Amino acid sequence: MTTMTLVRALNEGLRAALEHPDVLIMGEDVGRLGGVFRVTDGLLKDFGDERVIDTPLAESGIVGTAIGLCLSGYRPIVEIQFDGFIFPACNQIITQLAKMRARSLGAVTLPMVVRVPFGGGIGAVEHHSESPEAYFAHTPGLRVVACSNPTDAYWMIQQAVRSDDPVIFFEPKRRYWERADVDTAAAPPPLHQARTVRRGTDGTLVGYGPTVRVCLEAAEIAEREGRALEVIDLRSLSPLDIETVRASVSRTGRLAVVHEASTFLGLGAEIAAAITERCFYELEAPVLRVGGYHVPYPPARLEEYFLPDADRVLDAVDQLLTY
Amino acid sequence: MGMQIDADESIGESEYGDGVQLLAPDGRRRDHPDYPLRVTAEQCRALYRDMVLTRRLDAEAVLLQRQGELGMWIPSLGQEAAQIGSARAARPGDHVFPAYREHGVALCRGVEPATLMGLFRGVNHGGWDPATHGFHLYTIVIGSQVLHATGYAMGLRKRGTEGAVLAYFGDGAASQGDVNEAFNFAAVFDAPVVFFCQNNQWAISEPNERQTRVPIYQRAAGYGFPSVRVDGNDVLACLAVTASALERARGGGGPTLVEAVTYRMGPHTTADDPSRYRRPEEVELWARRDPIERLRRLLVAEAYAGDDFFAEVRRDADELTAGLRVAVRGMPDPSPEAIFAHAYAEPHPLVQEHAAAALAAIGADA
Repeated sequence: MTTMTLVRALNEGLRAALEHPDVLIMGEDVGRLGGVFRVTDGLLKDFGDERVIDTPLAESGIVGTAIGLCLSGYRPIVEIQFDGFIFPACNQIITQLAKMRARSLGAVTLPMVVRVPFGGGIGAVEHHSESPEAYFAHTPGLRVVACSNPTDAYWMIQQAVRSDDPVIFFEPKRRYWERADVDTAAAPPPLHQARTVRRGTDGTLVGYGPTVRVCLEAAEIAEREGRALEVIDLRSLSPLDIETVRASVSRTGRLAVVHEASTFLGLGAEIAAAITERCFYELEAPVLRVGGYHVPYPPARLEEYFLPDADRVLDAVDQLLTY
Repeated sequence: MGMQIDADESIGESEYGDGVQLLAPDGRRRDHPDYPLRVTAEQCRALYRDMVLTRRLDAEAVLLQRQGELGMWIPSLGQEAAQIGSARAARPGDHVFPAYREHGVALCRGVEPATLMGLFRGVNHGGWDPATHGFHLYTIVIGSQVLHATGYAMGLRKRGTEGAVLAYFGDGAASQGDVNEAFNFAAVFDAPVVFFCQNNQWAISEPNERQTRVPIYQRAAGYGFPSVRVDGNDVLACLAVTASALERARGGGGPTLVEAVTYRMGPHTTADDPSRYRRPEEVELWARRDPIERLRRLLVAEAYAGDDFFAEVRRDADELTAGLRVAVRGMPDPSPEAIFAHAYAEPHPLVQEHAAAALAAIGADA
């Protein structure tokens, strides 16, 4: 058991993944600098510049050439420096990376991981606080996951690298510096399985990435008020482990989904629909979504009013319980 | 609109600038100091045969489209020299990334013509295994494949594998960011890739002057690698120039950009109507520069081939198109399971759920 930050856990996970000779790391500033968040710190020194590659500053070029590297037998891990910078690469991700296996009738697999620091809360300038996960979860052919804590970061990045399908890997940048004990010897749960991180009977909160902690904070406050909330860390956004959510809601009868992205057509909307289909007679209240508003991400001085926090989650819990 | 049409139909400096030409339009061999090419009669006959088969395959596909056997076709008419010359410069171990009009290249890489048609019939999105043929799937989103080619070449270099990559794209694609990013990545990483631009003058309805202010080949200088413009209707020049560029790439010399100046004689696709945007005089001018006729003149003038050979090529082409017709008409629709079969390498619960529901519904209807 080692105490480490989420950044360090990712770093250790990447280091383990690089033990496989076909694994490459590529992106802007990932080598000499070790990444703007230092996730790839020291990897250039230990694995050399044929394995850890500083690329030109061109996101489409990075993903597009990484596809070619997959075709020539490599397993590239691509870093997109910030969430808002993934959009120049969207053509390559959506029209090429996601479809190549289907259009080749299975002859071609593209085992690529695209790492994306995502979400707000760090006082950044615009385009550095985006939550673009729904675009990718909506795209068939991709797998999409989001880690929320150091232990998952350590394991999930390695599992993503082992996947023969392309994986979009979201990292909660405002949790990068949170610490936890990581048991690097334990057996991890499967990559696409949600995890119940707190047991409760009065309602279920579902979060992923940075909002898992928000849900836990809300649940702690609710407990002081005598309400036991269950909290689920979704972990995987495509495929969704809807069964874990269903099993919880069938016991609690109430569900709120919490994410930073706009609630309109977000993951919460999908989960609300899926749970309504499965738990219609067990629901005590409509499924609620707590998330970003349908406006561009605000300037940093306003983000505390934009990001869902424990208060907004608890307001939703009140609605669920008084419905 | 379109290029300037000179009353003089000779192809001289005004037309190709410094484009490499080894076979004049009248069928006479020309020398070029940088590209000494020794070809045997047998090689010339083989190139001729490839070009004729390509043209006949293309013409047959247009007919199949008109008869409803193909949903759409993308004619390669007029570009046979650019395609065959470049493709025959590649070795079996090289890897080729086409756009979507490279039917002659597909033929050279051993893709069965009927297999090629599957995509246009709508039974799949590309039915061949790229690794088997060293020939990637057609790529419809303009220019995307040029980055894949560059990445593949980076991989070859990284592993120290013998071989080079040949990437096809057109004059329209040269405007895409992906193509320009590919140029830059290839230069920075010394990737063993040859960028082969078939400048067929028209990107659907948009002429060269709407795509670029400088000749496309000149862009390579800005990225730091060499380039050459070649007469794209001269199969020998396309062969020599591409072979030289591939050799340079294999030897660690990095990328080269080749701009083959040719002409799209047909519509962009069978759904296009070029009479809306270009003059018949222009098409007639290029018809007189036909790449196959040019090589035929050489074969005859040098006595490289006689009537027997030309009759044999005709028979081969008849056989190919007849076989193609039967194969395409007999190509079964895939089963509905195929919709779900290959989306993911590893099981995806939602896809499994959708497949079960859809196939049950289809089964119930049947």
